[in-house]
Amino acid sequence: MDMQVAKKKLSLKEKYKLLTRDLGWDTTYHTKDEVFPYVQYEGIKIHDWDKWEDPFRLTMDSYWKYQAEKERKFYAIIDAHAQNNGHLNITDARYLSALKIFLQAISPGEYAAGKGFARMGREFPGVGTQVACQMQSIDEIRHAQTQIHALSNYNKFYNGFHAFADARDRMWYCTLPRSFFDDALSSGPFEFMIAIGFSFEYVLTNLLFVPFMSGAAYNGDMATVTFGFSAQSDEARHMTLGLECIKFMLEQDPANLPIVQGWIDKWFWRGFRLLGVVGTMMDYMLPKRVMSWREAWNIYGVENGGALFRDLARYGIRPPKGWDDAEKGIDHMSHQFMLALYQYNFGTAFHSWIPSEDEMEWLSKKYPETFDKYYRPRWAHLSKLKAAGTPFANMGLAKLCQTCQIPTVFTEPDDPTSICQRETEYKGEKYHFCSDGCQHIFENEPEKYIQAWLPMQQLFQAPINGDLGAWMNWVSLIPGKDNGDFDGSEDERNFAAWRQQATSNQ
Amino acid sequence: MQIDLRTVSIKQQRNTFDHLARRFGDKPASRYQEGSYDIQATENLHYRPTWDPDQLIYDASITKIVMADWYALKDPRQYFYNNYTLARARQQETAEANFSFVESRGLADMLPDELKQIALDVLVPLRHAAWGANMNNSFISGYGYAAIFTQACMFHAMDNLGIAQYLSRLGLLLGDQEALTEGKTAWLDDEAWQPMRRYIEDCLVVRDPFELFVAQNVALDGLLYPLVYERIVDGYLSAKGASAVAMLCQFMNDWFDETRKWVDAVMKVAAAESEHNRAILQEWTEKWSGRAAAAMLPVVRKALGADADEVVGEEVAAFKARLKKVGVDI
Repeated sequence: MDMQVAKKKLSLKEKYKLLTRDLGWDTTYHTKDEVFPYVQYEGIKIHDWDKWEDPFRLTMDSYWKYQAEKERKFYAIIDAHAQNNGHLNITDARYLSALKIFLQAISPGEYAAGKGFARMGREFPGVGTQVACQMQSIDEIRHAQTQIHALSNYNKFYNGFHAFADARDRMWYCTLPRSFFDDALSSGPFEFMIAIGFSFEYVLTNLLFVPFMSGAAYNGDMATVTFGFSAQSDEARHMTLGLECIKFMLEQDPANLPIVQGWIDKWFWRGFRLLGVVGTMMDYMLPKRVMSWREAWNIYGVENGGALFRDLARYGIRPPKGWDDAEKGIDHMSHQFMLALYQYNFGTAFHSWIPSEDEMEWLSKKYPETFDKYYRPRWAHLSKLKAAGTPFANMGLAKLCQTCQIPTVFTEPDDPTSICQRETEYKGEKYHFCSDGCQHIFENEPEKYIQAWLPMQQLFQAPINGDLGAWMNWVSLIPGKDNGDFDGSEDERNFAAWRQQATSNQ
Repeated sequence: MQIDLRTVSIKQQRNTFDHLARRFGDKPASRYQEGSYDIQATENLHYRPTWDPDQLIYDASITKIVMADWYALKDPRQYFYNNYTLARARQQETAEANFSFVESRGLADMLPDELKQIALDVLVPLRHAAWGANMNNSFISGYGYAAIFTQACMFHAMDNLGIAQYLSRLGLLLGDQEALTEGKTAWLDDEAWQPMRRYIEDCLVVRDPFELFVAQNVALDGLLYPLVYERIVDGYLSAKGASAVAMLCQFMNDWFDETRKWVDAVMKVAAAESEHNRAILQEWTEKWSGRAAAAMLPVVRKALGADADEVVGEEVAAFKARLKKVGVDI
């Protein structure tokens, strides 16, 4: 009889290594440079790809198994949500504006990130890195799709959701996230990892994801909060990847430090500008507030971000250059943003409104230094105009920042009474910026940023030629339904009527 | 008996999103449609890539194939993340059951040595080929155009990785870590594997995403899977008593049956688009499948010896017949 020879038991780490990085080999019919043509030009030096520590060890069979369990739950819940008119359980139809912004501005970004990670899954010459990027790629496809599916039912009943795909490519405020993701996708592989993997997924995710999803929970939106819970463990993996990536770059060669620091400076500021939207949502759009933007920043920015940069200090990394300007802007940005959205609300596919007296009390409590002094008087003025039957609409065209593409509505870091405006001349043309941060980003790569598509300039070109109606048609915005003040909107009327129908016998 | 529950009925304002209504009319859309159509940015792209300023970030013109609408390349399986993941989760359960069946009953040890050796010689180096396939599909997904096509390529890439991992586990089960080491040495140095490795490495420098699709998913896999899993594993090894190996390869067999429907649909629609496309697809298919057949021959010989030429010839003929059905005549 044959003796059964006990097989050597492999540790989980050894087994994972055999199932992933041992699959790769050094090519001989083509050079490494031919096979991986994009990893040199950014100047990042990697000496040993094997030093990459796998941030999570997930083989495909377990990936399918775990993800399938989450998918089953998610779709069961959103099916039930749709079947039972779960949308009538939200606190107030004003909450829908947050969802409309999410679908128009964030979900397409998830897809773009997925596309970028598919490229990284091919371009990095290390199997461990490639596999981690590929899993993130397919996860991002998941997130884009589950978000669309979660919000699809809202589109059936409310305005402003129906043209999200058109808005992504044409709407003036969507150019903010679009230019962010386009910027990352047009960058080299290492910068992409800092942009999306580190800055977006690690530093900023808590400020983006947590407020949106907690906002959904606080406001009775079962569909969106289910998405949030379902994506949580994916996001945790993505965060680990982002952190591993930056540590790997810094550990491989000291010469990488200044390049990485430059990217951290750039992407922190780009991300911070993008988060202006989130701050506005938290302070103004959630009928039931989770916390103020200031409070969120204190927890996720100052505390968590501070700890992160203290941890990275051993590599020589310092906090991002714009950090202090960011801190100075926190108590102002959401108010300035909402005021801008309100006066341009004839051109937004979501509603905005003047905060109620109660809400102004809340804002004044949360922003004791700034709200009553600078912003309450402006809302009071806008209320007066509205009460007089002459609501204010700013029919002038906003001057957009060439880098972040937000109208230049933010104030000087040290003077909240004057608008911050910067200018650079490049090859005989003038370019405008909202901040030092955005100006520096431009000046580091002017050839890139002069290419930016600016929606305001587009207004005067074919097919629009300066005609507002033609523009609305071009962005698929239905005037009187999708845009304008929430007060008196169809969404407001319908929600009130349906809720009445669902909760009474009238 | 039917029980009708009542829910509060309120009037919907619209059936679906604008971009779907434009494509399919004003009616409720499927989740596949919602998750796949038009979700890639198409207009007003901001910056040109610094890694290749001649391209756009999403650029349909980096392939020679021309489509009026890339969203015509739909997946007959209608896979989006959800049903793709659910399908694979079910398949991995079966695969897991098969592995533990073989393991718990000691079936690997009961395999005749000669057959076990053939299985190791043929299957283990293929884990590297599957990794190559993974990188190629990750490329097509990353640089191809239109979500409907590129998401399926990402699913395919993850499948390729899964297959590379199942093959590695098969190696570990039948021959321990040494089997993987020997397999890798063979992949790198054994003459019989060099045409195959060269084929994969040549694919790694192709940067036309659709040509890569033809080289990897149509030509190479179109011959490799029938030859290895149908002819060698199911045909030869099982007939001789090594059906345990077939159990360990069930995933690959089922996977090929399923995915070829998608591959065929992509080829059929792209070829039917224009004579220009058809001519290019024919040229690519002919070039790459000729090379794939030559690369497979020494591998098939490891199992089938002198019969290899005939078997490869038969499978090449079957491959040509399959491609003819989708409008690519080689």
